[in-house]
Amino acid sequence: MTAAGADLTLRHPVERFTLDNGLRVVLAPDRSVPVVAVSVFYDVGMRSEPQGRTGFAHLFEHVMFQGSAHVPKMEHARLVQAAGGTFNGSTHQDYTNYFEALPAEALERALFLEADRMASPAITEENLRNQIDVVKEEIRVNVLNRPYGAFPWLQLPEVAFESFANTHDGYGSFVDLESSTVDDAQDFFDRYYAPANAVLCLGGDLDVAETEALVRRWFDAVPHRAAPPTPYTGEASPTGPRHAVVVDDLAPAPAVAIGWRVPDPVGDLETYLGTVLLSELLSEGDASRLELRLVHQDHLAVAQASYVGLFGDPFDVRDATLLTTQVHHPADVTPERVLAAVHEEVEKVAQDGVPAEELTRVQARTSAQLLRGADSVLGRTLGFASAELVHGRAELSGELAARLAAVTPEAVQQAARGLTRDSAAVLELRTRS
Amino acid sequence: MSAPVLDLSLVPPLGDPRPQPVPEVHLSTLPSGLRLAVVPRPGVPLVELRLRIPFAAPSARAAAVHVARTSVLTGAVLLGTKAHDQVQVAQLLQAEGAELSVSADPDRLLLGTTMLPAGLPAVLGVLAELLVRPTYPTDQVAAERARVTERIGIARSQPGVVARTALATRRYGQHPYAVQMPEPGLVEQVTPAALRTLHRQRVLPAGSTLVLVGDLDPAAAADAVAAALGDWVGEGTGVEAGPLPTVGPQPLQLVDRPGAVQSNIRLGGPAPGRLDPELPAVRLANMVYGGYFSSRLVENIRERRGYTYSPRSAVDHLGAGSSFLVDADVATGVTGPALLETTYELGRIALLPVTDAELEGARRYVLGTMALATATHAGLASTLSALIGHGLPPEWLAEHQAALATVTLDEVSAAARRWLHPAGLTTVVVGDASEVEDQLRALGPVETVPSTTPGSPA
Repeated sequence: MTAAGADLTLRHPVERFTLDNGLRVVLAPDRSVPVVAVSVFYDVGMRSEPQGRTGFAHLFEHVMFQGSAHVPKMEHARLVQAAGGTFNGSTHQDYTNYFEALPAEALERALFLEADRMASPAITEENLRNQIDVVKEEIRVNVLNRPYGAFPWLQLPEVAFESFANTHDGYGSFVDLESSTVDDAQDFFDRYYAPANAVLCLGGDLDVAETEALVRRWFDAVPHRAAPPTPYTGEASPTGPRHAVVVDDLAPAPAVAIGWRVPDPVGDLETYLGTVLLSELLSEGDASRLELRLVHQDHLAVAQASYVGLFGDPFDVRDATLLTTQVHHPADVTPERVLAAVHEEVEKVAQDGVPAEELTRVQARTSAQLLRGADSVLGRTLGFASAELVHGRAELSGELAARLAAVTPEAVQQAARGLTRDSAAVLELRTRS
Repeated sequence: MSAPVLDLSLVPPLGDPRPQPVPEVHLSTLPSGLRLAVVPRPGVPLVELRLRIPFAAPSARAAAVHVARTSVLTGAVLLGTKAHDQVQVAQLLQAEGAELSVSADPDRLLLGTTMLPAGLPAVLGVLAELLVRPTYPTDQVAAERARVTERIGIARSQPGVVARTALATRRYGQHPYAVQMPEPGLVEQVTPAALRTLHRQRVLPAGSTLVLVGDLDPAAAADAVAAALGDWVGEGTGVEAGPLPTVGPQPLQLVDRPGAVQSNIRLGGPAPGRLDPELPAVRLANMVYGGYFSSRLVENIRERRGYTYSPRSAVDHLGAGSSFLVDADVATGVTGPALLETTYELGRIALLPVTDAELEGARRYVLGTMALATATHAGLASTLSALIGHGLPPEWLAEHQAALATVTLDEVSAAARRWLHPAGLTTVVVGDASEVEDQLRALGPVETVPSTTPGSPA
């Protein structure tokens, strides 16, 4: 069977309403398993940070777990986990999210917790200092104490973009983190954590009318504040190639990353879908073009990957963003050989197009992976929430597999024509020795 | 603002739990000895496949070579069959939305993939070719060998990997489980002939388990398996790992990693297995200690002291024995204090009572997350593959949940006393010895060894 022959649209109904304080609410009921997911997405991310406050969106995410007006420190975690649920939060380029997956009977408890911290998180000196220490350890684990820790997500944007929003280190410098104050945190909260700047998305085993009443019971009391304007993060297209080298003291072998600017993910979604499939065609799996060429045919690489969006989710980012190809290669292979092979493969697609049979296979694999991510109530709910926040339409998340299955070979060829040598940003990672 | 106090009258009470769906597991055994579990379930239009093949090293002496050969075989088995070359194999799978991942651990090989539902016969057909008629072509095996060697170099530069392998070596001594990372020198000697022999001797249906979960008809799926895998036969049955040695007390081992900005603290010791009636109590003691965010360890060394980002403890099961493990990656300057608090909390749970609220929180969390973990095709397939592969019936899940529900405070304390006491654990720290050795010596004897890691900072 081909992807085109399968029914790829997720047919979960989506209900939405807006509270008087501006909070947008999306409900995606599915009563097949007794699980609910609760998520709050705030329209503030790494790209919203002002100069001198790098890493603040992520630091503030940590502060949001330190308790709130009616919830002491540690009790947020206890109340969720002792109900049999899990929780987390994450900071992205364009949003910060908080979410729980719980047994259905714990729905109202999660609404209470999210409403309490939306109204009044515990922004105190003690909590801020403690979480600055924790965040520094997080950065040491994930970046400073491991090879390839910043590669390429913290290093490539500096090469590929111009504006502070797009180039700065979203994990933050230790100098900026350590100089953060309670006043900074309170200002950040007042400005960005308004209900009118957020989406509350609930999925799973819930009754729509009952849930709407529960949402109003807990969130109506959060006072209205004006939402800040959405920051403009677009940039003019690059006018020439850019190149940089970093040395990684811990890395045993070199690597190289190439970033190309791609169409506006929101304003030009139709064209962008061609780019997303191009990335899958190039790099996803053992049958992909770059895996065959770099790893198996020419033995230029140990591993390769391509993805659209800084963290690999093409549908939760605004403009400007990249298609990134990253390659780990042996020391006796020069980066020039790797780059030449990558460009040749992209140019083949640009010049010769893509056989329909190959694209159908790629679409089948892409659809299966999208469906797999949507099998858990939490995965599906987060997809609806980010689609509502970034694209203004939660339903898009359920339609993506079908939309991608309808992309034509010509659209993929067109996307490849945008990935030129002249517009590529290249980052070489070299070893110390 | 003043510190809030939890007013429980404000917190919405939990409603009545709704019944958990019980998976409908259709078990059968093929004439070849392959066990099959098929589970139809609502959800997305996909099928998940897991094939688990027992693959333990036959002896301690053979372990290093076995691990090296296995590390190449996991990639090389996909390099072609008598009917299709590597590219064709990959394309046939891709057309059904599938891609086989092949991985190994000290007990087994695991082949897994997702697929669009109508692709089941085709995917099983490719799987059968790979199992029965793999080619291990000479040139491609050589290239795969080189890639494995490069990847070992990259893995060994990760401090977490260094810590895990050091702890395994320390805990398992002469047992095959001590070898968790292949030696590049042995990998370079792996020949196609050796892979073919290993495949013939060890990739066997008897003792193996195939699990299919998702959008499928059980009878049709079983027929498709019988039709596709009927030719997969072989002499003998899978090898399971032998019993673990008893390891006596050993001083803390410090693996020197000059220049490291963090220390990786690892503690490990034995734990009850899946059939041991003490397992439910140990799982709950583990949760209270460090098994989740609402635990004593996280509250102490993360939320109170800011020493670390993600401290955790876990109960982990391998075929020959289970483990209680503690992990914390901490700032270099507080390595001694962090180990002190970690050990203090172990001593405290081993000697002093756990509270009722701690036990009830841990219990609901374990039961709730077990339900979440089996609420997807992929989660249920992986869980069943591990259970059935270890010879347990699918009903074990429900029985274990029932046992967790009745564990008492006294049982948790007794389990903690026996399995979590710090004197019974082996400790390894990976870090900059010039900075941390003195701190650690304040707490007890330390045996410092150089890191053999290529790529450590000079």
